[in-house]
Amino acid sequence: MSGTFTKSMARNIFYGGTVFFFLLFLALAFDTNSALPARDNRANLTPSVIAGKKIWETRNCIGCHTLLGEGAYFAPELGNVYKRRGGDFIKAWIKSQPTGAPGRRQMPQFNLSDKELDDIVAFLKYTSEINTAKWPPNIEG
Amino acid sequence: MQYKSQAVAKLYFMAAIGLFAGQVLFGLIMGLQYVVGDFLFPAIPFNVARMVHTNLLIVWLLFGFMGGAYYLVPEESETELFSPKLAVALFWIFLIAGALTIVGYLAVPYATLAQMTGNDLLETMGREFLEQPLPTKLGIVVVALAFLFNITMTVLKGKKTAISMVLLLGLWGLAIFFLFSFYNPSNLVKDKFYWWWVVHLWVEGVWELILGSLLAFVLIKVTGVDREVIEKWLYVIVTLTLVTGIIGTGHHYYWIGAPEYWQWWGSVFSALEPIPFFAMTVFAFNMVNRRRREHPNQAATLWALGTAVMSFLGAGVWGFLHTLAPVNYYTHGTQVTAAHGHMAFYGAYAMVVLTIISYAMPIMRGRAANSNRAQVVEMWSFWLMTVSMVFITLFLTAAGILQVWLQRFSSTPIPFMQAQEQISLFYWLREGTGVLFLVGLVLYIVSFFVSGREKTSAA
Repeated sequence: MSGTFTKSMARNIFYGGTVFFFLLFLALAFDTNSALPARDNRANLTPSVIAGKKIWETRNCIGCHTLLGEGAYFAPELGNVYKRRGGDFIKAWIKSQPTGAPGRRQMPQFNLSDKELDDIVAFLKYTSEINTAKWPPNIEG
Repeated sequence: MQYKSQAVAKLYFMAAIGLFAGQVLFGLIMGLQYVVGDFLFPAIPFNVARMVHTNLLIVWLLFGFMGGAYYLVPEESETELFSPKLAVALFWIFLIAGALTIVGYLAVPYATLAQMTGNDLLETMGREFLEQPLPTKLGIVVVALAFLFNITMTVLKGKKTAISMVLLLGLWGLAIFFLFSFYNPSNLVKDKFYWWWVVHLWVEGVWELILGSLLAFVLIKVTGVDREVIEKWLYVIVTLTLVTGIIGTGHHYYWIGAPEYWQWWGSVFSALEPIPFFAMTVFAFNMVNRRRREHPNQAATLWALGTAVMSFLGAGVWGFLHTLAPVNYYTHGTQVTAAHGHMAFYGAYAMVVLTIISYAMPIMRGRAANSNRAQVVEMWSFWLMTVSMVFITLFLTAAGILQVWLQRFSSTPIPFMQAQEQISLFYWLREGTGVLFLVGLVLYIVSFFVSGREKTSAA
């Protein structure tokens, strides 16, 4: 790092390199956007799914659970819970919280209406049908 | 202190330390909830504690960055701050907005908070780390822009050094990429894809520019090494950071519905991400070894070296551990991720803020360095917190590897909660180490109040 390699050379490489790799990133993002329709299950984005996503967000589900592996690691993965448990089980589970079992992790009661329960199930079903490159490794998530 | 207006940094640093303490307390609550599931339920459910824990982290680091910038920029630019009054006003706005947000999280159910704060107008809430209500998000943008105006005007009217330019670029990037937090499409894959433009491009992109420039500034001050040498290193490090880190975003795109070519782009580029951190470690030790003065603030030097080492371990090594797609297939969203997150945030960002505080605070209190006694206490806190964080990371890593084995890798995978029960020993160990971390933090705060004969030589 001495002699011929000067600070202004380092600076030019910094700006040049950053611009180049940011543009490459934008190009990849652009390509991803055109590849997504075949993968992201957008055909099934019904009003119920959209409402379900809002319920997912406003109850801060991500504060305990992961969804496609992202979120908190306190409670089970829910990206594939529809396939693991099915819609009826999910609704019954949400309705019966909290379990109150001493010492066990507790999930709050959200007092969701029947329609809201249908919406959250629709959202989880839609999520389970996204092409995630075969992740998670097995049904346990 | 060379410029009077640098003193505004003091407010920011004090708030940062206070919020840091809050973050650690909520961390301990969560750690206990991992093993005593109904602890504080339903008063503080885990998701609320986590929101407070992570949001306090973000806010105290932002206070630290802003304080660092207010201290650094006048000295680098060799001029007073454009508007110290604006800096003080922004401090109170940001502190009050932040406090109200935390109170909101704790006082009302999240769904009610969403309704009260206009989430229906623009749905941005309920996504990890971006849980803030709409008014808070808008407040962050306003404060960030006014802060950037103040800092940019200062740089423009004064000397433009490499350190202040890299810092400015990092801070502008921080503000610009935060704007993606307002984009929340119904399409979950797109939501996740652009969510990372805030989260990844912050912590593995522009924040590293802030980290690099704060570290370079402190190293110039405590080692007296020629600015030309240090700034050249800074450019090399931030080049490596962005060249690897921008495309490295791809390591988040393996399993969320994006095309599979990201497994290649993400693996290759993020495998290179440890290099800038390694360079930073070499750089820091090199500069300290070649020092031309014995700065009386040895605690600050220790923090600077600690930042370099711990960011390399936490962000570099623990990041690499699970970044290759075939490995990440099994570790994605497990305690391995949590282990990496803890050491990377502490090692890179918490420690660099503590470095600049350690260097600048004594000067703002009218001395080149604290007394020997105070420095010894501060160094004890350094070792307690740092060693605790190493062990927290090791315990979470062990928990994560077992979790992967039990739940994902073995031929008879077991459900999530059963696996959690099997690994609870490691959660207990983590919680115990967390208490030790808190002891370190208390000592750290105590070190500000330890008196003794002050050192006045050098500066």
